[in-house]
Amino acid sequence: MAERSFAEEVKKLRLGAGDTFHGEGILAVTKALLQSGVAYVGGYQGAPISHLMDVLGDAQQQGILDELGVHFESSASEAAAAAMLAASVNYPLRGAVAWKSTVGTNVASDALANLASGGVTGGALVIVGEDYGEGSSIMQERTHAFAMKSQIWLLDPRPNLESIVSMVEHGFALSEASRTPVMLELRVRACHLHGRFVASSNRAPSPNLRDAMENPVRDTSRIVLPPASFAHEHEKVNERWPAAVAYIKSHQLNEVMEGDIEDIGIILQGGMFNGASRALEILGLADSFGAGRISTYVMNVTYPLIEDELTAFCANKKAVLLIEEGQPEYIEQTLNTVLRHADLNTRVHGKDVLPKAGEYTGDVLLAGIRKFLNLEANHLLDTSIAARDQTLATSQALGSGLANSIPPRPPGFCTGCPERPVFTAMKLLQRELGEFHVSCDIGCHLFSILPPFNIGNTTMGYGLGAAGGAAFNVKSNQRTISVMGDGGFWHNGLTSGIGNAVFNENDNVIVIVDNGYAAATGGQDILSSLGDHPLRSTKNPIAKAVKGVGAKWVKTVHTYDLAKMTRSLRTAMTTKAAGPKVIVARSECMLNRQRREKPIFNTQRREGKRVVKERFGVDPETCTGDHSCIRLSGCPSLTIKDNPDPLRSDPVAFVDNTCVGCGVCGEIAHAAVLCPSFYRAEVIYNPSKWDRFIERVRSRVIRYLQARRARQLARYAC
Amino acid sequence: MLIDCVIEDTRQRITIAIAAIGGQGGAVLADWLVDIGESNGYFVQSTSVPGVAQRTGTTIYYLEMFPEVEGLGTPVMALMPVAGDVDIVVAAELAEAGRAVQRGIVTPDRTTLIASDHRYYALSEKSALGDGRVSSVEIKQAISDASKRLICFDMQALAETHNTVISATLFGALAGSARLPFAPEHFEAAITASGKSVANNLSAFRSAYAIAQGRDATPIAESRVAWPQDATDPEVSALLDRVATEIMPQASEIVLIGVRRLIDYQDPTYATSYLDRVVAIQKCDREDDRRLTRTVAQHLALWMSYEDSIRVADLKIRRERFDRTRAEVLASEDEIVYLTEFMHPRVEEVADTLPVSLGRWLVNTEWARQFLSQFVLREHKIHSSKLGGYLLLYGIASLQRFRRRTLRFAIENDRIQQWLQRISTLAGQHYDLAVEVTLCQNLIKGYGDTHARGVRNFALIMDSLNGMNISPSTASEIAKLRTAALADENGDQLRNALRVVA
Repeated sequence: MAERSFAEEVKKLRLGAGDTFHGEGILAVTKALLQSGVAYVGGYQGAPISHLMDVLGDAQQQGILDELGVHFESSASEAAAAAMLAASVNYPLRGAVAWKSTVGTNVASDALANLASGGVTGGALVIVGEDYGEGSSIMQERTHAFAMKSQIWLLDPRPNLESIVSMVEHGFALSEASRTPVMLELRVRACHLHGRFVASSNRAPSPNLRDAMENPVRDTSRIVLPPASFAHEHEKVNERWPAAVAYIKSHQLNEVMEGDIEDIGIILQGGMFNGASRALEILGLADSFGAGRISTYVMNVTYPLIEDELTAFCANKKAVLLIEEGQPEYIEQTLNTVLRHADLNTRVHGKDVLPKAGEYTGDVLLAGIRKFLNLEANHLLDTSIAARDQTLATSQALGSGLANSIPPRPPGFCTGCPERPVFTAMKLLQRELGEFHVSCDIGCHLFSILPPFNIGNTTMGYGLGAAGGAAFNVKSNQRTISVMGDGGFWHNGLTSGIGNAVFNENDNVIVIVDNGYAAATGGQDILSSLGDHPLRSTKNPIAKAVKGVGAKWVKTVHTYDLAKMTRSLRTAMTTKAAGPKVIVARSECMLNRQRREKPIFNTQRREGKRVVKERFGVDPETCTGDHSCIRLSGCPSLTIKDNPDPLRSDPVAFVDNTCVGCGVCGEIAHAAVLCPSFYRAEVIYNPSKWDRFIERVRSRVIRYLQARRARQLARYAC
Repeated sequence: MLIDCVIEDTRQRITIAIAAIGGQGGAVLADWLVDIGESNGYFVQSTSVPGVAQRTGTTIYYLEMFPEVEGLGTPVMALMPVAGDVDIVVAAELAEAGRAVQRGIVTPDRTTLIASDHRYYALSEKSALGDGRVSSVEIKQAISDASKRLICFDMQALAETHNTVISATLFGALAGSARLPFAPEHFEAAITASGKSVANNLSAFRSAYAIAQGRDATPIAESRVAWPQDATDPEVSALLDRVATEIMPQASEIVLIGVRRLIDYQDPTYATSYLDRVVAIQKCDREDDRRLTRTVAQHLALWMSYEDSIRVADLKIRRERFDRTRAEVLASEDEIVYLTEFMHPRVEEVADTLPVSLGRWLVNTEWARQFLSQFVLREHKIHSSKLGGYLLLYGIASLQRFRRRTLRFAIENDRIQQWLQRISTLAGQHYDLAVEVTLCQNLIKGYGDTHARGVRNFALIMDSLNGMNISPSTASEIAKLRTAALADENGDQLRNALRVVA
């Protein structure tokens, strides 16, 4: 079960024609899919697209998808999801898949290229969460390149729910009209945007998957094999491209918003519209409703570009500003080519006034538009902007004065995370064996590269931790460790990592972090999840799969047992056994465990049942403020506070009330021979009669001795 | 479409940024704001960039509201804040408020800043070998200067007293600021509609509202050391008299604390030897300064009350400690709390509590060490609130009366003597250096390996002093070495710094 439940929200998927939908962008997309008569949906989770998968999962469990005859599955990877679109090749079935881009598109690109070559019959829509700019967790690249290389149309709607929903519906129709798959690009904030739109009714797919299965159709000319593959290329440019242009023009997917200023204009990606509009409003050149003085051409379709729309827009203008986020500046290059062919001398500004790289935030857009106006229409810049500059300079100075006062706060392991002890063990082991090379993967475990662990050398992609360490397969006095999460393992790591290591007789150590979920993406279930799932097959052990591909040295270790974890790693690093040494480091993701157990615990406590809660604490009197414990843990609940001792100034360690009692603090105190300050408290709520009785006996003796000690001290009181 | 282009500056939007740390409940606050806006005739748009920031990193939520007016259409709303255009910034922690200033979204012409002034320490602050915390004073000054209006108090602590989380008090303070065009009932309705911990959230909301409205003042606690009335024990009474008469007023408070600590640690006789040592140092202190006496009084008390197993056991068995842990885990009267201690005694700790000769023999006898480490010394979980565990600790604490005969006592006493000797030798001609040498005591702390590292670093610095030509700049060099020793665990920085000095 995912970290966030959408059980309530999915009810909005049932809204009918004329109802107003209020909700998150990604939920609106889901609704739009159902309104478009989609027959099947697949995808792979990852921010900012995870919620789409979670919403569909919840909708499936509530029977909403079944009612319509829509099939949904959590694909094993983006490649699996993209390949699923093959169902739209022979049949007029609408299909949609979703993933985090560009990483997911990288994985999917083999299937996407095949799909785009042969073309589709039913509308095929790829929804990509463009993980670019603030909050992104991946390399900064553009999905645009994939659209161009495989000839897939790219939609980049204005970021409001109405436009997004309308583009989903047009996306299917465009795909069908041009027999080409279509991508819908949504940036991070657009995915998480709360807004509203007027809904229409859901449409059951007709035909549906069952109809297709019972009436198979074959057309070998759609299969990528010579000679068809050569024909496909010609078909793409000679037939599908013009068909797409015709659809886009006739349905006015791109928008022209005329202003009263005639000699300059702005061309932008739909996704940039709101930010640019706000910048213009601040400059006094637009109102709050998007109506501006400078004519604007909004490209809700950023690939293909519509040449005659562009030339018509630029024809009577001396200069245009092209707002295109990311690099390379593909659109700017094409625009220049288009204008050259049309023999138009309109100057094109773009990456000369806007930054070449990085997110186009409100501030960046404002600065870029000002530069453009400075060059081309200086008279439009109001004097009031100077006052604004002054105010900003003041606050900027205050901000830079704080340069050393604001500590960085990167993300890290959650409170009680079961992955923490894996890296504590590695840190302790490095003290014994010296430093070793660690090849990392994608997942929460990648936080190991940050303080306090500072463990890890590279990360080459999801599931590729072990593959990233494959070259170090020579005789050496020090082995390497590769880390892989269970999510990455099932995504491809079983073959690319374990199978690869077995086949090539790699002698190093592979740690598979088995926390029962794809935790980093929001706790989605996977093959090895331990919970029962009504619609999926879970409980397939990782160790079995690892042995199944031929690994001999396989150990499963409970991560919270730090001593054992350290011992197992030491053995793996030093054993004479040949071949890969695989450690399955197992313990449930604490975030998900808490989400499951906390409500049950609270209910039982309220109902008067005997329940025990464990948590940790630090005695401030014996803590000397060295913080070794924090350097081996980094747990958010293990923090510091003022030293109550007037003789000391260094803050003491302190466990706050968010502690979940995972036990790692105590394990660390033992394993690293740290300090006697940690204690574990077991709080017994609603104690039984026996509890009370034994407690009375114990406390009578203890209190007597405590009083005795107190008397000794009182003698010398002053 | 050609539009009429009379664009007036009638700014109707309200822009709100929430700066928080992943897991703090920023999303809950954003949801309440969406609800309150939509229920009161506003277009509301909210966005966020959760992703991995949800895992305890810095995160920001951004909202815009715009009044719905018949016939005017739908406003275009931005997805991220623009510097100088943010009406309200809600910061769920002090450093995050500072970060909002750094981002430029808090401006003196526009921004109402609602900030909780509690600290949620970043890992870089927590993991320092000493005190790595940044200065809150600078942040408070900057957020006050940068904002048009600032409402700032500890909303985390307030939320905790109402048994809920900070989103409720932030929401209350926001309502209390009266910056949003909604009545308190509307805010409360949003809390009620969300249906989670409603009673607690409402009471927290109301308290924060009252404080923000200026109706309740936030209490400021201050404590000072109380001068004792008198003592019943004649020996202690004599000690107090000596502190009053022999110690200069500038140092008497800290000496009093030291005396109390050592009585608590051992007995009045031990405290007397402490006082004798301080008095001896005071004789070579400067009359106009007394910095040295104060510093020695502080660090000598710490050193003389070194944490051996006896001390640890003694602190763990006390009534106050049991009460404190109960309070810390929020246990009420009828709940039972069991404590477990994590001890890992090594040969050294055993030898420490043995008589000198026996202790030395143990440390130097390989087979005895081996025997002990294999059969006796391992990880122990001691159940200190059950009889066996308590009696064990009580027994160890009772060894207190033999402490002066233990090996550890002999070792520490030696070290202290050498240290004091060095301080008094330096005090006459190299006053600042004497103070610096005193401060080096702070390097020796912790247990096990941590303690060994501290002792090693202390010795390295003292040794380097032996080889140096002492000049007026030596004090600052020692200060640098001390900082370097606390910079990393491996001692790399100290080694480098020592190389520079040598």
